[in-house]
Amino acid sequence: MKNDRGDIELAGVCKSFDGITNVVDGVNLRIADGAYCCFIGPSGCGKTTILRMIAGHEDPTAGEIIIGGQNVVGLAPVQRRTAMMFQSYALFPHLTVRENIAFALRVRGQSKTDRLRAADAMIEKVRLTQFADRLPAQLSGGQQQRVALARAAITEPRVLLLDEPLSALDEQLRVQMRQELRRMQQELGITFIHVTHTQLEAIALADLVVVMEQGKIKQAGAARDVYAHPHDRYVAEFMGGQNVLSGRVEKVNGASFTLAQVAPDGIEVPLQARPTVSVGDKVDIAVRRDDVALVRPGRDLPPGYTNSLPSRVLAIEYQGYFVKVMLDTVPDDEFVAYVPEKTFFADPFTVGDVVMATWATGSALPLA
Amino acid sequence: MQPSSSSAQAPSRANLAGWLYVSPLVLVLVPFFVAPILVVLAASFFATDGFGGLTPGFTLASYIEVLHSALTLKLYLATIKFTVLTWVFTLIIGFFVAYFLVFHVRNQLLAIGLFLLCTVPFWTSNIIRMISWIPLLGKEGLINQALLAMGVIHQPLEVLLFSDLAVVIAYVHQLTIFMIVPIFNSMARIDKKLIEAAIDAGASRFDIMRLIVVPMSKSGIALGTIFVVSIVMGDFFVVKVMSGGGSASVVSAFYEDVGVLQYPTAAASAVLLTLVLVAIVALILRTVDIRQEITR
Repeated sequence: MKNDRGDIELAGVCKSFDGITNVVDGVNLRIADGAYCCFIGPSGCGKTTILRMIAGHEDPTAGEIIIGGQNVVGLAPVQRRTAMMFQSYALFPHLTVRENIAFALRVRGQSKTDRLRAADAMIEKVRLTQFADRLPAQLSGGQQQRVALARAAITEPRVLLLDEPLSALDEQLRVQMRQELRRMQQELGITFIHVTHTQLEAIALADLVVVMEQGKIKQAGAARDVYAHPHDRYVAEFMGGQNVLSGRVEKVNGASFTLAQVAPDGIEVPLQARPTVSVGDKVDIAVRRDDVALVRPGRDLPPGYTNSLPSRVLAIEYQGYFVKVMLDTVPDDEFVAYVPEKTFFADPFTVGDVVMATWATGSALPLA
Repeated sequence: MQPSSSSAQAPSRANLAGWLYVSPLVLVLVPFFVAPILVVLAASFFATDGFGGLTPGFTLASYIEVLHSALTLKLYLATIKFTVLTWVFTLIIGFFVAYFLVFHVRNQLLAIGLFLLCTVPFWTSNIIRMISWIPLLGKEGLINQALLAMGVIHQPLEVLLFSDLAVVIAYVHQLTIFMIVPIFNSMARIDKKLIEAAIDAGASRFDIMRLIVVPMSKSGIALGTIFVVSIVMGDFFVVKVMSGGGSASVVSAFYEDVGVLQYPTAAASAVLLTLVLVAIVALILRTVDIRQEITR
């Protein structure tokens, strides 16, 4: 009854360590076979606990974990056919790279020649052939990470679980190893579940991004969905790239409504996916930072840009291909415009300048 | 490396600081360790008039006497028997006690409490600890009485007290802590994530012990072995008391020599034993890299 399906279903999964608070609180999620799924959230949001429950290192207090159609709660990791890659790797320090990678085969009772042959094939796959006889301490961070990946992958698991796999690496290596993870995932064709607290990492890698807060899933969807269409203020602020404004609904006019309090004239917001709003509701809206254009007062707004808010420039950060301009547009919230580098330097602003922050009505997104 | 043109005296000042750091240890070791050893070494080459008088000089007579005596080999065999038996039992008990404390006691406070409990026998003197075995192992002792009452035996076992068995029991009782402490120490440094990673790979409890815990506690085992071996080989008191005079060890033999004023042969035996011990320790250090334990 060998079953190679690596689709996962979490049904009402809860976990409590002290019997009082739920670290993971009723999580329902479906992950397709062969998907790259990223769990993302601040530390303590329960993402690592979910990973450890899927891996079998922690038992859920309630709920079911179904892998390939079979409830695996209570089964050992080997029976689940999952493999975990630990944060900071947990390589066996007294074993060489080859022995580390062959470890799982050794405890499964494979003969020495067989397991070393399999290990060598895997070592080649992660390009470590020349380091096969070294000890982990003699490797760089990136090489250690590849050993950890190879060690997890050698058992041909149907699900590979990665606990903050890139957090021990420096920035440049992180980007490089990120691609390597994706390449390995495609090569192995199995489900990867990756826990991270870096937004960029999640949206760069994942087919399915799961944003968590305090043990609950806030939003799960394709990377672009989560980034461009956040459900609520939390997701919008956590994923970044959005300005969040709030105000009261002043007027509802068919497919759009007007939000008061932010600007003297109100802001026109299309209803989009949001079912209904009524006058007087307090509503959060998001406007992408790269959808905001800055215009000097008195000049014409670009065509279609109907909303404009007078603001003062608080700070300017050069980011290479764009310039981050921080504004005092709304009293309590951050408001930032990402201006393309060339546009910005055609007519640069300085701190203290008054500008109009403007965007097209279609760019505003009402949040739940 | 930056060439330092600032001062040529910097290295010598660093040297001085280095010497100052080691000076307390040197002040202790030279009068209390190096000097006595040199005295013993010198005495082993002296001649004697047989009544305690030493004639300074250089003769190998004492060594020849010791090495030619059939007794020497017998004593070494007896001592090595005690050493090996004690080592085996302290290692097994010490390893499992440390393993239990490190991997099975979840509560750290409880682990420290249990660890301190292991030191309880040391709150009293060695002699009392040995005497305490008499009511348990003696002819009228608890064990004999219990066995008699159960009808397992019909007359008291003589082998329990004042025998080689009693010697080994007393050694194990005294020295297991010297195994527990260093093994506990090296086991406590094993990252718990490694155990989890091994479980993830499908390792059984026995595999984890065999492939992860034992190899990673090697330096602790080696340190404990050095403690136990050197203490047992250098001891005569336990053998004397617990064997009731029936057994002897290398040290008890040259203790007798001292008693009859044969200082040079006693010194020669002592030097010989020291060399044997140094060889054993060197062998242990060659097999296990203890520096790793100290520098880590």
